[in-house]
Amino acid sequence: MMRTMKTALTLAALLAAGTAQAQVNCGVTSGRVNIVGNEFPAIKTVAANAAKCQTGTLTVKSNLTSTHQRINLPGMQGNPAEYTAAIIATSSIVALMNENVIRPLDALVAADGKDIPKNQLITIDGKVMAVAFMANAQHLVYRKDILSQVGAEPPKTYEDMIRIGKQIRERGILKHPIGGAYKSGWALGEEFVNMYTGYGADFFKPGTAEVAINNPRGIAALNTMKALTELMHPDFLTHDNNETNAEWKSGNLAMMNMWGSRTGVLMVKEGNDPKVAENTMVGAPMTVGGGKIPATTLWWDGWTVARNISDEDARATFLALKNGISPSILNDETMGQAVWMIAGYKPAPVNQGVMQTMAMGAKPYPMLPYMGLLHTALGEGIAPFLQGRKDAETTLADIEKAYTTAAKEKGFLK
Amino acid sequence: MKHATFLRFFLPTATAMLLFIALPIVSVLIQSVHAPHDRVVVEVENCTPFGCTKSTVIDQAATERLREEKPQGRFVGLDIYRDRSHLAFSEIGEAWNQATGAGDFFARLMNLPFYRALVFTLTYMVFVTPLSILLGFVVALAVNAIPRLFRGPVIFFSLLPMIVTPLIGALILFWMVDSRGIIGAAVQWLANDPNLSLKASTTLTWIMLIVYGTWSTAPFAFVVYYAGLQTVPQDSLESAMLDGATRWHRIRYIVLPHLMPLTVFMFLIKIMDNFRVFEPIVSFNAAAHAQSLSYFIYSDLGGETRLLSSAAATSVLTIAGVLVLLSPVLVRTWRQFGKA
Amino acid sequence: MTAVAQKRPVTLSLILSGFLILWLVIAIFPFAWTLWGSFKVEGDFFSKASWQNALFGPLTRLEHGSAFTGAGYYGAWVQEEFWRAALNSLVVVVCVVVVSLTFGTLGGYALSRSTYRYAFWLLLLALVFRAMPPLTLVSGYLLPFYQWNLWGHLPTAIIALVAINQPFTLWMLTAFFRNIPKDLDESARVDGCTPFQAFRYVIIPVMWPGVITTGLFSFLLAYNDFVVTSMLLSKQNQTMIPKIASFLGTTQTEGNVMFAVSSVVSVTAPLFLLVMFFQRQIVSGLTAGAVKG
Repeated sequence: MMRTMKTALTLAALLAAGTAQAQVNCGVTSGRVNIVGNEFPAIKTVAANAAKCQTGTLTVKSNLTSTHQRINLPGMQGNPAEYTAAIIATSSIVALMNENVIRPLDALVAADGKDIPKNQLITIDGKVMAVAFMANAQHLVYRKDILSQVGAEPPKTYEDMIRIGKQIRERGILKHPIGGAYKSGWALGEEFVNMYTGYGADFFKPGTAEVAINNPRGIAALNTMKALTELMHPDFLTHDNNETNAEWKSGNLAMMNMWGSRTGVLMVKEGNDPKVAENTMVGAPMTVGGGKIPATTLWWDGWTVARNISDEDARATFLALKNGISPSILNDETMGQAVWMIAGYKPAPVNQGVMQTMAMGAKPYPMLPYMGLLHTALGEGIAPFLQGRKDAETTLADIEKAYTTAAKEKGFLK
Repeated sequence: MKHATFLRFFLPTATAMLLFIALPIVSVLIQSVHAPHDRVVVEVENCTPFGCTKSTVIDQAATERLREEKPQGRFVGLDIYRDRSHLAFSEIGEAWNQATGAGDFFARLMNLPFYRALVFTLTYMVFVTPLSILLGFVVALAVNAIPRLFRGPVIFFSLLPMIVTPLIGALILFWMVDSRGIIGAAVQWLANDPNLSLKASTTLTWIMLIVYGTWSTAPFAFVVYYAGLQTVPQDSLESAMLDGATRWHRIRYIVLPHLMPLTVFMFLIKIMDNFRVFEPIVSFNAAAHAQSLSYFIYSDLGGETRLLSSAAATSVLTIAGVLVLLSPVLVRTWRQFGKA
Repeated sequence: MTAVAQKRPVTLSLILSGFLILWLVIAIFPFAWTLWGSFKVEGDFFSKASWQNALFGPLTRLEHGSAFTGAGYYGAWVQEEFWRAALNSLVVVVCVVVVSLTFGTLGGYALSRSTYRYAFWLLLLALVFRAMPPLTLVSGYLLPFYQWNLWGHLPTAIIALVAINQPFTLWMLTAFFRNIPKDLDESARVDGCTPFQAFRYVIIPVMWPGVITTGLFSFLLAYNDFVVTSMLLSKQNQTMIPKIASFLGTTQTEGNVMFAVSSVVSVTAPLFLLVMFFQRQIVSGLTAGAVKG
């Protein structure tokens, strides 16, 4: 007991020393940096590298937690704001923009950030509001061995996917060959956003907050989703991406639409059934209904700087996070953590899915102030249709009503 | 007890509750009758790593001016309580006028999120409250009857459903009730139906949530009753035995009356807790089949765009609902108060 | 009670013990399953292929060469420094229990001994307070706490937990104090004690069964709380449950789920000792009360 305690303590000390040792000159020596964000390996890497800028007078703290979306807004609304930076994604920047708590970065980019590549700068209304560092998207994942058993090429469209799925089932290879994150809530809403994007229609009447999803394309999107769920495990409404991945690893699935960031773990041999891991392949995202644009959305993760802090702290935050995403952070361990948008990044085979999504001209997730409200309404409203309790038209009409109620409360609609 | 003495005893707890509960409740009440200002939306061009698109943003300068005039937001009265996501008065009126019969009206009512959630919440409460209390009582009687030596471990093991954090407990149970998990497979075997899945049907999901609710809250009733049994006056029991009272009579006329205040207390607490149920719904990913008022609050506050006023209104409605449900017990407490 | 127990008929004893054994199996089974599974890899314990994988661990064998592995424990306690979170939890839990019970016994005693109507209304008000969903409460705290620099510290979370749990503590202790005969402290008052002396010397010695039971619930509340601690504590002050949640995360990282499982299993052992210790206290409290009564 005593010995293990000692080992633990020594190890802890070593780890602590390891992080404190590596100090880097970031071009700033004083100020306060505090980063709030989600907790997954790529973001941890960015925060850890930002922390290397720490000096006696420059403090760099971070609070990475899965509840970040509940605390980032209150933590940036005070004056001075507790958090000087928030790490956000395509959809969550909107909440911070809506409440006006993040600052334009143009002056800082001009003074200290000329070397940040143009394509990493997120520009809204001509002002740089965030710096992106990684991309993500959902795309096809398939089992090479099972597809060759039925003599099929990897599907290019959802129609193909359904046809192949039926063949696999008829041949008795798998009972539920298709997987997907269809858990009621955010994940299900996201699947509809993907599918509807693939049918090429707009979510809102242009330039307004009036929702416009109750149309033939919306109905077609719902029907395609339903056809897919008929080939999924009956529990599909409880499957988020963790569950879907677990199904995949157990060899129960042949095809699925999965996040690029989540596919790496499926192809590693350790801890997986080797037969499944070796035959797991990623492919380009699928189109639907004869459309040219893939039925998926592109996502980026990036950082923003708070408005309610001193210019000195803002500069310190900017420089620390710039170091957090500099090409020097890429090494053997971090390279595979994400599809980095950093110079020097070499995509691994597993990242081809996201790279092809970008190459195929997929649309980014709509960055609209009221998109979050529609997403929530979709996530809660689609399940009754998939359960067969409502027809497609009523489902979409009810979702529109739920959205309109929320948008009125928020002041987007009168 | 004199007022001054009472105050001195009561002051610490009163201060804590005033600051951390009463003030927030007032602010929630105010929040629920206000909504954010109308947003001025303008069309702009956004550029991301994936190219530039036409989009809209909020005109901050225009919004800021409105906000400075009235920092609370715009006063909307009871509009939020009345809207479709809450009490939905106009939708009910519409359903009443258009419905072809009672069944059709009920179906239309069930299409409104608030009422749908209310039906699940009440069903859950009606089953879980008495079942968990009864189970806890019987376990307490049984534990009280075993030799003292075994009581410690038995108490600990009986507490396990409550001790293991729901975060993990539900995660593991969620896997166990999967159709390929051990409990799911056992149910399939018992029902003799290899395609049965607890998570896919609404009825089975409800039963699963009710069983989980009973299992995880029975230890609460058990501990309270066990402690209560320790204080049953021995002399009354013994004299009753000398008078030839049967075992059942002793329980009926001495033990149960003695435990009555504790039972009332537990009903109060359990009705309240079960009315606010939402953790099992989240942990069992059951939102497609069962929703509750607290789940709405969770979803309003956890979305990308938070609906603060809606969450505030739902919270106030939850408090109102709890008070309505508890009113019979409260009236009884009121009558008995000061006696005994 | 022992005298009564001896006279129990055999059939009744059999039914009762049969029932108890059934209950224990139901109560223990998920935990026992977890304990067994915590020595497996994630692919086995959370297998979607068959539940038997969790029993025999084919993937664990493949990866670690034997059907059992301590990798989850090593990962959680050494690599992820779970002990820090355990220490923070210890501080939070002890403080919450002590403060809750101090406030609660004083307030609950006053409520149980007051014959005025306002005592009833105060109890009712406490009930209204408790009806408020905690999530709304905590979301309301965030803005002022950040503004006044209170956010992230252990004392803030402790006070918030005490306050949120105060209505429950009050109700429970009031119910227990009502069961302590009033003549006890009234006769002390006749003997010339002040109210505080009566409370100190007469009530405190006999109140332990109720207080320990209430304390157990305060303990479990603080120990299992997720809403308050995950939203009000900074990373370095994190307690166990948010730490476990961070092992799970929104996107689970390979192997981390088993860290969560092993952490839960390993912190259950001290609780066993705690319950063993306090169940004796419940009984000793009874004896003290019986002698005086």
